[in-house]
Amino acid sequence: MSELDFLDRIDLASVSEHPHRLAALDAFRAAGFPTRRDEAWHFTDLKARMRDFDWAQKGDQAVLALPDLSWAGVVLRDGIWDAASSRPAPFMSRLVRDEVVRAGSTALVALNAALGQDGVEMVLRDGEEGGTVMMVAQAGASAQPITPRYRVVLGAQATLTIIEVAQGSGAYVHDPVWDITLGPGARLDHYRLQDESVQSVHIATVFVAMGEAAHYNGFTLAVGASLARSEFHVALNGARGDVHLNAAQLLTGRQHGDVTTVIAHKAPLGASRQTVKSVIDGAARGVFQGRIEVDRIAQKTDGYQMNQALLLSPEAEIDSKPELEIFADDVKCSHGATIGALDPEQIFYLRSRGIAEADARALLIRAFLTEALEPIGESMARPLFEAAIEGWWRRAAL
Amino acid sequence: MLEIKGLTATIEDKIILKGIDLVVPDGEIHAIMGPNGAGKSTLSYVLSGRDGYEVTGGSVLFDGQDLLAMEPEARAAAGVFLAFQYPVELPGVGNANFIRTAVNAVRKARGEPEMDTVAFLKEARAAIKRLSMPEDMLKRNVNVGFSGGEKKRNEILQMALLQPRLALLDETDSGLDIDALRIVADGVNAARGPNFSALVITHYQRLLDHIVPDRVHVLAGGRIVRSGGPELALELEAHGYAGLEAA
Repeated sequence: MSELDFLDRIDLASVSEHPHRLAALDAFRAAGFPTRRDEAWHFTDLKARMRDFDWAQKGDQAVLALPDLSWAGVVLRDGIWDAASSRPAPFMSRLVRDEVVRAGSTALVALNAALGQDGVEMVLRDGEEGGTVMMVAQAGASAQPITPRYRVVLGAQATLTIIEVAQGSGAYVHDPVWDITLGPGARLDHYRLQDESVQSVHIATVFVAMGEAAHYNGFTLAVGASLARSEFHVALNGARGDVHLNAAQLLTGRQHGDVTTVIAHKAPLGASRQTVKSVIDGAARGVFQGRIEVDRIAQKTDGYQMNQALLLSPEAEIDSKPELEIFADDVKCSHGATIGALDPEQIFYLRSRGIAEADARALLIRAFLTEALEPIGESMARPLFEAAIEGWWRRAAL
Repeated sequence: MLEIKGLTATIEDKIILKGIDLVVPDGEIHAIMGPNGAGKSTLSYVLSGRDGYEVTGGSVLFDGQDLLAMEPEARAAAGVFLAFQYPVELPGVGNANFIRTAVNAVRKARGEPEMDTVAFLKEARAAIKRLSMPEDMLKRNVNVGFSGGEKKRNEILQMALLQPRLALLDETDSGLDIDALRIVADGVNAARGPNFSALVITHYQRLLDHIVPDRVHVLAGGRIVRSGGPELALELEAHGYAGLEAA
């Protein structure tokens, strides 16, 4: 489906007449879906995947169980704030979309800006402790792209943990955008679970702007979608910023998964650590692109990036593209990439102890993921993420 | 009871076992001694079901079951345990979690109830104490950063908790100092009983000072060339393996 066919499907009458929206729509129309000619999308052919996209496979939201919402949180259904299911914390509110439109830095962000229905705003005052909130996006009944916008603003020294869950059934396009601003010394723990329907397309873009000594601790687990991309743009604008950005993607069948990160060190003494792991089975394909930019002023930057892939079948594929752009002279930056298969010696060792082959493989894959899961620690999010990994074993039928 | 008859096996078309006949009755410990390259490790791998070995003839019955037809995990469930010559490291897998998973897999296959974490840890700690092993052995990743001796002790810990009917100890004494050797031997001796038998594969006699075997067999050139009582080990220690293959 071309952009025009795609736009034809959209009920443009529902698009706001706000000039920002119309400009964003024009921007999307002009840019179109990214193709492999776009360098940032060289390994992920969104345009080709959209051409084959079958909107007819409608889902059923009723089959989706909500994660345990014993804590505060908001549920969006097909991008619309679901008041009945939501229990927002006092600092969470419905976002007035026309007021916040980030200049469309990519086609997908422009699409989000143009079409966006609802959004959620989380604003914490200086020193406020927000605890843990859930942000659940469920999809399935919409023939329209689902384009929620999240705006998070943490004042100085404020803290918050967000557990984000994206799930759905049937074929849909989910294009969420996160706009995160962290004040001096603020800390955001952002745990993301992408558990979309395997017919869906999920393209998430996360912008993080960090003040002095702010801390962003992110972990994304991606198990769903036909094609998925999580794209991060993190800017360390103040000195001594600290970023921990981990991800794990589990892919099988013909799934395509992409983790793309751009970490911009724009001030001295910043630290960034990334561990991205991909487990790829069937004829699935994984992509990791990680760029670390170190400005001339960002002396004493400490950057670390590790990217590892476990290929479980002969047709599985990974493309890995680390990039370092360093303009300061007193920095420590390292990156590494490994690609491997499961070790038959390890599998035999486990089987010789009575553990069935499939369980042995699952145990070793889980061990491979351990390091990437570090940021979630023993938080409330852990059982949710462990269950998602378990679910993937069953689907992949290792 | 283990009954091996006329067992022949190859690896990459090279004939390693050329017709092994061996019976290990319940409750007995047999030692297999022999020079390097005699086929000692191959025998233990064939019995435990490792890939890469092709059995070309003969049979192996374990309690009347055709052992060679079983998957490695089914052999473990039936009560066969291989203590590896080179225990494998499993980064990211906690030792307690690993052993508990193994114990429960075996219990499940035998139709016994699974053990919860608390009950398992209680038993594991008791075994660790009995075997004079360091307490942190359970907390570390499986064999990662373990010394050679610690790895072998970890094998014995697994054996103690899995309670096999037949243990195959593949050169478990190699690379052990005298204290570790004694701990390993104590572990095997503690398991001794009417429902436990073992094949102790070793190059040297010294392990057999601590684990006194009921029978000693000499494996050379892919065949068992001599069998005898414990005194055979002493004789080999005195005179070496030279000339045995011709015997």
